[in-house]
Amino acid sequence: MSGRGTAIALRIAQAIPVVIGVVVISFVLTRALPGDPAAQFAGIAATPESIEEVRRALGLDKPLLQQFFIYCAQLLQGDLGQSISTGRPVVSELAARLPASLELTLTALFVSCAISIPLGILAATRPGSWVDQLCRLLVTAGVSLPTFFTGIVLVYVFYYLLGIAPSPLGRLDFVYLEPPHVTGFFLIDSVIARDWETFGGTVKQLVLPATTMALFTLAPIARMTRAAMLSALSADFIRTARASGLSRRKVLYGYAFRNALLPVVTTLGMVFSFALGANVLVEKVFAWPGIGSYAVEALVVSDYAAVQGFVLAMALLFVFLNLVIDLAYSVIDPRFGTSAK
Amino acid sequence: MKMTEITTPAAPAPAPPAPKGSGTLKHIGYVLRENPVTGLSFLMFAGLLISAAIGPWIVPYDPLATNAAAVLQPPSATHWFGTDNLGRDVFSRVIVATRLDLIISVAAVTLSFIFGSVIGALAGYRGGWFDIIASRCLDTIMAFPLFVLAMGIVAALGNSVANIIYATAIINIPFYARLVRAEVNIRREAGFTLAAKLAGNSDARVLAFHIFPNALPPMMVQVSLNLGWAILNAAGLSFIGLGVRPPTPEWGIMVAEGANYIVSGEWWMALFPGLWLMLAVFTFNLMGDGLRDIVDPRRRT
Amino acid sequence: MTTTRRNFLKTGAALSAMPFFMSLPASAAARDTVVVASGETINSLDLHRTGTNRASYEVAINCYDRLIRFGTKTTPEGGVSFDYSQIVPELAESWTTSEDGLVITFKLKPNAVFQDGTPVTAQDVKWSFDRAVSVGGFPTTQMKAGGLERPDQFAAVDDHTFTVTLDRPSKLSLPDLAVPVPFIINSKLAMEHATDKDPWAMEYLHQNTIGSGAYKVIRWDNGQQLVYERFDGWVGGLTPAVKRVVRREVPSAATKRALVERGDVQVAFGISDKDASELSGMLKVDSTPIANCVHALCLNTNFEPFTDPNVRKAIAWAVPYEDIFKTAAYGRGAPLWGGTEEITDTAWPRKSQYSTNLEKAKELMAASAYPDGFEVPLSIALDLAYWMEPAALLIQEAVGKLGIKTTIDKIPGANWRTASLVEKRLEFHLENFAGWLDTPDYYFFWAYQKGHLFNSSNYFNEEVEQLTNETLHMEMDDPEYAPKITRMFEIVLDELPRIPLWQPALNVAMNGADGYEFWFHRQLDVRTLTPVAS
Repeated sequence: MSGRGTAIALRIAQAIPVVIGVVVISFVLTRALPGDPAAQFAGIAATPESIEEVRRALGLDKPLLQQFFIYCAQLLQGDLGQSISTGRPVVSELAARLPASLELTLTALFVSCAISIPLGILAATRPGSWVDQLCRLLVTAGVSLPTFFTGIVLVYVFYYLLGIAPSPLGRLDFVYLEPPHVTGFFLIDSVIARDWETFGGTVKQLVLPATTMALFTLAPIARMTRAAMLSALSADFIRTARASGLSRRKVLYGYAFRNALLPVVTTLGMVFSFALGANVLVEKVFAWPGIGSYAVEALVVSDYAAVQGFVLAMALLFVFLNLVIDLAYSVIDPRFGTSAK
Repeated sequence: MKMTEITTPAAPAPAPPAPKGSGTLKHIGYVLRENPVTGLSFLMFAGLLISAAIGPWIVPYDPLATNAAAVLQPPSATHWFGTDNLGRDVFSRVIVATRLDLIISVAAVTLSFIFGSVIGALAGYRGGWFDIIASRCLDTIMAFPLFVLAMGIVAALGNSVANIIYATAIINIPFYARLVRAEVNIRREAGFTLAAKLAGNSDARVLAFHIFPNALPPMMVQVSLNLGWAILNAAGLSFIGLGVRPPTPEWGIMVAEGANYIVSGEWWMALFPGLWLMLAVFTFNLMGDGLRDIVDPRRRT
Repeated sequence: MTTTRRNFLKTGAALSAMPFFMSLPASAAARDTVVVASGETINSLDLHRTGTNRASYEVAINCYDRLIRFGTKTTPEGGVSFDYSQIVPELAESWTTSEDGLVITFKLKPNAVFQDGTPVTAQDVKWSFDRAVSVGGFPTTQMKAGGLERPDQFAAVDDHTFTVTLDRPSKLSLPDLAVPVPFIINSKLAMEHATDKDPWAMEYLHQNTIGSGAYKVIRWDNGQQLVYERFDGWVGGLTPAVKRVVRREVPSAATKRALVERGDVQVAFGISDKDASELSGMLKVDSTPIANCVHALCLNTNFEPFTDPNVRKAIAWAVPYEDIFKTAAYGRGAPLWGGTEEITDTAWPRKSQYSTNLEKAKELMAASAYPDGFEVPLSIALDLAYWMEPAALLIQEAVGKLGIKTTIDKIPGANWRTASLVEKRLEFHLENFAGWLDTPDYYFFWAYQKGHLFNSSNYFNEEVEQLTNETLHMEMDDPEYAPKITRMFEIVLDELPRIPLWQPALNVAMNGADGYEFWFHRQLDVRTLTPVAS
């Protein structure tokens, strides 16, 4: 156990320079944006004096290095600053929006896994067959479309033409009440509140954006499942298992799949962090109140604190995710931990 | 999706019946016969290359010429893919855009390939402090939400073709560097490396000619997948308004602009460039699979 | 027994107790709820706060009152628009101006109350006006336009009498009190939330509406929706017909159109010109040209070739006005080209004497110091690309025929304002400015006077400077006014720092609602909306 503990501690230690790097780069990047936030937020009909006033109020008249140290000092106190455009603390903005993005991404990944893993296994058991080829074509087609395009086409067909999807406006139609806030995930919160109607409403809103995201994430998961299954199936222990007369089912799911799970989980982790970034575009199409659309708006108006906060939150999430994957390894593969560098 | 193929460079298929006296050509031929989809992807790639090369000379209209008298015309015999909101011929624009899109993706991938390889090879071969610093820098880039990082870079530097290429290249470097680093690291102490060193080869030579080539097969796959992804990335940037400057035709910008016209019934403005974009990304993805089969040393006997 | 939320609602219980909107689907509850889709985000409930965006002015309009407001009139297009020439009471019952024009005395409506029940007093008005001239930024600048600069100009004589003292009489002072900025705040409530660091309660008003207006904001989900609920004690005008207005933010134009077409929202505010022209056959669409607003092509005097009058005129004759109006505006709004050279009226915006004549343009270009043309970037704003991009592409093509080679620069939000208006460094660009106060001299003050914000061409002409200063505060029925104004028109249309293209329209589509009125502030006044059975 202590070996595993050390390995995890080492992972956390490795993450520290990454977080520092992210803080520095996001600071430099926002300052490199060509826009002048003081001019932007001084509003229409601003005079040079009022722009200077705004600049002082935002602390942007100080030298860059000093601004950076002020920012770092605030960070250490857990203060991400105030978003100028919304006038609210960045922390509360992120807290309100992160669950929305996570709910969408996780639902999409769930749907995607439910389709792509069986598809990958099916393809791996009959490599080279028409099933394999068809699977390959389908998932590749899915990943070849820009997500915003898929999203708009889905809205057009299912909402505008057929009228079977609800209006593509955020997480919940205004007919429903937001469930009492527990986790921020409407699906979970509505279950906790035993409010099945709201639960249904949430699901309805989720279908189209989640499908859009899922289509995009099918390919990597299906491919990795297929590849990992193929390599597992050709391994010696599978031949042994077959030779010793174990049922086909038992061999496939009990042994081969368990061994193929490791690379699939790794892929899943990467797909997750990638999908969270790609959310930006889907959120825009579906008016989804997530952090992606928030970051885009903030970037365009040079809202420094908001951009920095967003990037930092995503980086922390990424580090955390890698930690979880490492932990998942140790559950799936008992050999982990002994060989950790 | 570029992160997919890092951990398992090759999917070993069931051992193929070894063709006798297997040369590279025969092997390719075998892979193509075995896998018609791969053959198809190579054909489609050839088609893309041809339209990129001669596109501007064969299209029926000037892709930039506006015609206020013929705006938003549906596809017809005169305008195969219809016309856009300024009366420009969508077919001509789609074909002419091929070159720019290929340039963006090829240039971005080449840049990240070169820089990624150099950083990764040095980190893997030298180890020590350089390795640690390089790895942490790469981790830092990876920890960014990549699309937003690309957005930030383009917003900061301005939205020219060159900057879109740089942004796409930067966010891809870690994938190559990590791949190369891992491969080099494994082979640093291998017998053939030591043999080459004993034979009097310099470190740089050993690295470049003996170790690095081993990393090429998995990288080829990565390259072809990234080519497709680079196009999607540029399209995404266009969608939020940070793409190529108008009036230059580019698929992503055309889809992004056309998307606003879908609900009002002018589907052709988004559909055809979207179809072409998809076709190109599709081609690259399928080629990636095919390349893997061809370059995978385990498939040769 | 399990009670689902909706069943619970059907019983009607606790409707008022719950702090936010819950009701039957909008279609079923058309009588008391209207849903509005808007593309822009509201980022504050307080207009006076630094960083408050334009869309947020809507809250000041619907939730607060001013002393006075403009009347309304029927437009030639059949819609209803504000009437600049007519000022009517809102919180003030009556007002008088002293003989010398320096003191305006307002009598407040005695029965006016804030939404928390406390009566509206002159002290509240004084506090609110003091706030507007003290907080800096846009509100202070706008107040200045009407000669309202310092707190000592405002006085509460008694609970219901309030005076404004001016440094000099101006025709802009009274209208400037009818714009959204001088709204009246419940000062007692605000003071409870004020601190030493925040004497004007900016933090509290950012999140809360504490006015006497027709609606209050009962729910605000930043970036998603804002819910207004009617305040039944309103005395500022006729009681609104709609109990609740839900304003949903819909960033995608395509989605906005689909929503209103399907009737899932009753009002789609600020739809594109194209959607407006296509929906106008099916739904009720209002496209009123925006008062005192001109989409213009600007030629910066800091760029050498643009100081040559022949070059400027060549460009003005080369611009394909008709094509731009058709493809960028889909014919919505009003053309601003092909007018007469002789100027006989003071109507503004007015048609320029130019139209598309490539021969003439080429002749002028050949006569200029740059017969072979030159290269120049043509800059447009990313946020306004919907009209600027098609217009820029057509202009690029047209001036290309004169040998002027352009590259189109799309500049994102924050940078656009800095580059075009603050630093005024864009050589060749598209711009639009709309004056809230609907007089030509006001437009000239902002767009043609040296150093002023919207003069993005760095234009300077001594005579225009002087004439603008003279006419700015002059009554419009002064016999000297008209000749001076026509002279100003003459000069700027000849010198062409800004080539007028067209006067844009604000498009609003309605499906299940009516009663929309166009206002100069270009925001939705929900107080006049009425539901219609669809």
